[in-house]
Amino acid sequence: MEMNEFIGNFAELFDDTAPEVFTPDTRFRDLEEWSSFLALAVMAMIKSEYDVAITADEMRSANTVQELFDTVQKYL
Amino acid sequence: MTNPFSIAGKTILVTGATSGIGRATALLCAHMDAHVLAFGRDPQRLDSLLAEMPGEGHRVFSLDLTSPEQWPSVIASLPVIDAFAACAGVASMAPFSFVTREELERVMDTNCFGPVMLVQQLLKAKKLAKGGSVVFVSSVDGPRIVHAGNSLYSASKSALVGMARNMAIDLAGKKIRVNCVLPGTTDTPMIRTGSADEQQLAETAAHLPMKRFADPGEIANAIVFLLSDAASYVNGTELVVDGGTSII
Repeated sequence: MEMNEFIGNFAELFDDTAPEVFTPDTRFRDLEEWSSFLALAVMAMIKSEYDVAITADEMRSANTVQELFDTVQKYL
Repeated sequence: MTNPFSIAGKTILVTGATSGIGRATALLCAHMDAHVLAFGRDPQRLDSLLAEMPGEGHRVFSLDLTSPEQWPSVIASLPVIDAFAACAGVASMAPFSFVTREELERVMDTNCFGPVMLVQQLLKAKKLAKGGSVVFVSSVDGPRIVHAGNSLYSASKSALVGMARNMAIDLAGKKIRVNCVLPGTTDTPMIRTGSADEQQLAETAAHLPMKRFADPGEIANAIVFLLSDAASYVNGTELVVDGGTSII
């Protein structure tokens, strides 16, 4: 799994946030568009793209794209 | 005068009996002097339920509603039942773009195909008494309202209502009533399978008309009403138990 590819998949879930906003350090919960629905979408994207089912607790504890990436990476 | 709301002496089959609404229904039926046949997947939880149910004549069965090959031997060992409360269910949330056929089939299997086909098997085995009652636990999600990311669950619960209405007509000649209970969000382990934490759940509850989720026992009360003779002319309908959520 590559970080750039992960960021691309992550950014695609957002309708109103420009893709260039996203870096490993992006605190996605601070984004205006962030919502519980997007949390669901992130979990579904990770399952669909990487066949990894992260738990709700893991989703809740991740605050940056890097932290989320690391969570997924430990299952691969 | 006899109490039409009584279910004393009735033999009642409850699926999903080890958790949430199913467990509350099994316990309520036992407390009201019915004989409970409890279906569930977890043998330890079934044993715990059996120990907790007051009265006599209760039995528990470990089986999976998504594995119909397990059913014939269990059905053959059942007595004729007076009523069936189908409470087993599974939640699954994903934005529509990520819905897969595999997951849709899994959710439909547990929430709709399983309980519906179990009724058919009970009928074929002549284990569902004339004058009996079938109650499916559907949901307001799907038949009445929708939530973002909940299409899988909503579709299965809507399909269940559609099937139940038709079953009510087809089985009326056998004097078997078929109805659905449509709970609003109920405080069971199922609502903790999503991405919401306790704080978010509390915030959601605070926005409901009654400022709280339903207690499983409150849903069980509605189920038992439909199981009882007090509902003897209630057929093919949906009883909404959502604290007013779906009318705002």
